[in-house]
Amino acid sequence: MKLLGNRHVSMATLRNSFDRRSVVIGGLQAGIGVLLAVRLGYLAVAQNEKYQLEAESNRVNLSLIPPRRGWILDRNGAPLASNRADFRVDVIPERMDDSATTIAELGSLLKLTAVDIRDLEDKIEKSHGFAPVEVASGLDWDRFAAVSVRLPDMPGVVTQRGFSRFYPLGCAVGHLVGYVGAASAEEYQEERDPILVTPGYKVGKDGLEKIYEQRLRGKPGARRVEVTAGGRIVRDLETREDVPGLPIKLTIDSRLQDYAARRIGPESGAVVVMDCQNGDIMAMASMPSFDPNSFSDGIGRIEWKMLSDDDHVPLRNKVLRGLYPPGSTVKPMVALAFLEAGLDPEESTVCNGGLRVGNRVFHCWNHRGHGSVNMAKGIYQSCDVYFYHFAQKIGMDRIAAMARRLGLGQEFELPVVGQSYGTVPDPAWKQRKYGKEWAVFDTVNATIGQGYFLVNPLQQAVMASRIASGRVLMPRLLYSDKPSNAPSLGIPQEHLDYVHQAMSDVVNGPGTAHRAALPIENIKLAGKTGTAQVVSLNVGSGKGGLWKHRDHGHFICFAPFDKPRYACAVLIEHGGGSGAAYPIARDVMTYLWAPDKALEMLHGFEKDWGGTAQQRLEARYRTYAAQYGDSAPKVSPDEETEKVREAEDTQEQSQPMVHDAQPPPPEPVAPPEAEPQPAAPTPATGSAPFIPLTPPPGTGGGQ
Amino acid sequence: MSRFMVPDTIARQPWQVLIPLSALVALGAAVLYSAAGGSFTPYSASHIYRFIFFLGMAIVLSRLPREFYRWAAYPAYGGVVLLLVFVELLGAVGGGSQRWLDLGFMTLQPSELMKPAIILVLARFYETLPAAMTASWRGLVPAAMLIGLPAGLVILQPDLGTALAICFGGVVIMFLAGLPLYWFVGAGLGGAIVAPIAFFTLLHDYQRNRVLTFLDPESDPLGTGYHITQSKIAIGSGGLFGKGFGNGSQSHLEYLPESHTDFVFATMAEEWGMVGGLFVLCVFAIVLTWGLRVARASPDRFSSLLAAGMNATIFFYVAINLMMVMGLAPVVGIPLPFMSHGGSSMMTNMICIGTLMAIDRWRARPSRLG
Repeated sequence: MKLLGNRHVSMATLRNSFDRRSVVIGGLQAGIGVLLAVRLGYLAVAQNEKYQLEAESNRVNLSLIPPRRGWILDRNGAPLASNRADFRVDVIPERMDDSATTIAELGSLLKLTAVDIRDLEDKIEKSHGFAPVEVASGLDWDRFAAVSVRLPDMPGVVTQRGFSRFYPLGCAVGHLVGYVGAASAEEYQEERDPILVTPGYKVGKDGLEKIYEQRLRGKPGARRVEVTAGGRIVRDLETREDVPGLPIKLTIDSRLQDYAARRIGPESGAVVVMDCQNGDIMAMASMPSFDPNSFSDGIGRIEWKMLSDDDHVPLRNKVLRGLYPPGSTVKPMVALAFLEAGLDPEESTVCNGGLRVGNRVFHCWNHRGHGSVNMAKGIYQSCDVYFYHFAQKIGMDRIAAMARRLGLGQEFELPVVGQSYGTVPDPAWKQRKYGKEWAVFDTVNATIGQGYFLVNPLQQAVMASRIASGRVLMPRLLYSDKPSNAPSLGIPQEHLDYVHQAMSDVVNGPGTAHRAALPIENIKLAGKTGTAQVVSLNVGSGKGGLWKHRDHGHFICFAPFDKPRYACAVLIEHGGGSGAAYPIARDVMTYLWAPDKALEMLHGFEKDWGGTAQQRLEARYRTYAAQYGDSAPKVSPDEETEKVREAEDTQEQSQPMVHDAQPPPPEPVAPPEAEPQPAAPTPATGSAPFIPLTPPPGTGGGQ
Repeated sequence: MSRFMVPDTIARQPWQVLIPLSALVALGAAVLYSAAGGSFTPYSASHIYRFIFFLGMAIVLSRLPREFYRWAAYPAYGGVVLLLVFVELLGAVGGGSQRWLDLGFMTLQPSELMKPAIILVLARFYETLPAAMTASWRGLVPAAMLIGLPAGLVILQPDLGTALAICFGGVVIMFLAGLPLYWFVGAGLGGAIVAPIAFFTLLHDYQRNRVLTFLDPESDPLGTGYHITQSKIAIGSGGLFGKGFGNGSQSHLEYLPESHTDFVFATMAEEWGMVGGLFVLCVFAIVLTWGLRVARASPDRFSSLLAAGMNATIFFYVAINLMMVMGLAPVVGIPLPFMSHGGSSMMTNMICIGTLMAIDRWRARPSRLG
């Protein structure tokens, strides 16, 4: 064929050209036909295996079934944490096409509030793409079905029938049991187990849930299903059941735990009840608390706002993390140290409202004086001068040794996420810490549980149980049929009997807490009050004024006094003195023998408080939600860590140096037999200069 | 008209083509039956009805004389261009793009009608063009305008696939009409230069993505590359003999997109395997070989160009669709003749078949006039 077309073109040449060119066209067509046939053979035969595999992996979807978590049971087998059959909806952010539209649609289908949607957006923003984010759980069938049928239009949304963790006692067990939540990116990095990023799967985040994670976890089941491209399940192919996690049984009595938590009421405090026979912890409540049920889907903005606004530090487990000067509750312990040192309990001193040492006067809380005071009166009237006087003679080392023997300053082997063990001061400790000599005023402070002395409520309960039983009882949280073979403390029984009698007199005799007597015949309570000053008297009286300036109230006790069965310690932060603590101890102890009577008392109180702790928490949430709506500030992860650290790092708080004696705060209730007391305490006067101390931030106490 | 026309008509049909074609349509109906989840509705039954209807139309077309085709070339072309303008206006009024007219029993895409119409009008144009002018601008420019006008209108819709089909048919006619070869070589070179520029300036985003994804389907496995990947999985997993009728998981579980239209071949190959695929290729080979033989056997210029053009139109559908589903071409919305569900494509292809049958008849009975 000629390339240049200037030659003469006739019909004949065109026909010729058509014949030749149609052969070219035919050849091209045949070539493409062969190419297609070869390609078909390549795909269907040569690569058949590969594509068969891919088709199979399209068709079959293997999904893990989150295992049911092991239950957490109380000593009677009642659940503290169980699992509830549940309809839930999650989203996997990575797989969503258009997250804004999907969230809006889910919001209308599930009837989410503006607050819920805001929290969901926060969670998605914080999430790591592959990890599922909970949208809602505990759904009713209608709402669940409404989402399920629309799944093909909403990629990334996962609906599931499964089980979710349920804490029947709600906030009463928040600190004890902890809570569960979706695994964090760090947790996934560590384990690399695909179950961690399965929707609906939760790991323990705090408390027992965290400590016993591996035991409670169980083994995931698996389900092979045929699915469409849109994620609709066509049929089940094969299902392997999950293996539920193992249960753990605690020494806790769930009803007592609930009672104790509710009885604390609107106060910020802690209650610990121990069995004097084996060290079983029967109740361990710290309030205010959080509802672990609502924490499992992460902390929302409203919840966060509530936590940040609350100066009662709901995130701190005050039983283990709260450190407080124990005040006069150490006096029975100091008395035992005196007895061991050979002091005759009948040896007396005269209290004129103060003790002169050299040119210094150390005041008794009762400025009018107690008159002649022996050991028993020193305990039941809580006379400070008696203890100042004999402590000078016996020396701090022996007192500190006894304090440690009885459990103060100790850390116990317990399945808990952390304990702050506090301080039992002695000369060596002061030298080590501050490089200063132990001074007279240090002994004066320590014998009345002030100064550097810091304990947690669990230690106080252990101290009460050891004084009661005379044995080295170790607190136990895991239930065991075996009796604890706690060895004897090595304290002669007559010493114990003497102190028991004096402590009984605190309540049943001419003591500081006669209203703490149990309303039960034949069961006498033995106890000791304690009031720990938070700020100096020239800042606040300790009784009223700013909540943060009020005294801490303590009470340790056991019953029956002659044959101890249960011991109890109560702390009320800034309660204004021991008067805030011992009525709670009385009712909690009453509950052990006469639950009906105790409940009757509680119901009366709860009428005034506005419901149970759980109801009040929920009411508060509603108020906050109504007030802030979705405008509550966002939870920043840094702030959250900071808040938790603040609540937990009580042990590392700096203890400011104490430069002088701290006048003891007045005991709240005047014994009827004793001479009448002025209603308001006399302001501290005298030669002892007083350096005002501000409490370290966050500890809520600790002068 | 002869009194004993009917037996004569039946005897004179090109059965060597119509029987394989019917078998192909039957296979298509079976695949559509399976794609609908084992149901004749909504695809399979209408597929068969349409084939029967359009086969009747093709037989009627095959009875029309050459003079009628000659006479109808320009009016048919003009009518279809008017229809194209009409749908363009309809779209502009209604807001958004519209490609079809609702005729009640089917929706008609005028752009489909343009595929045979452009062949017809160009065959007529080159028949009337004096041979001496073939190599001059007068052989090129009017033809280029005849192609460019409808192609432009279709591009506006926007429907790249159909516009390409129109151009392809037109260019094949020009090539066979004897235009100088170096024009095609030059155009090819020019295209090689312009294509990259057009790629970045003229194409719509979705079209650009399709091309990019075609070059590397795994780059976007859940987006545009999804179609190609799933189609290859369907064909590849079918193996030699397929998974069995009704057992195609790719199509039944909706992994395969457009399993009853553009990707019907993948649906078929998954269940019928490579054997089914080769059967389809064979039937098209029979039809296209017959079409080309008709073209080459035709004594006059009009008939041979018309036949070759109709052949090229069917070929373009088949080649682009099969290359697309097997991952050899970008995803362009072009159905597979006689298998994909869709009235317009069935109509176009049966017009091509009917015209080829008519040309076949003219050769056998050249003297007969209507």
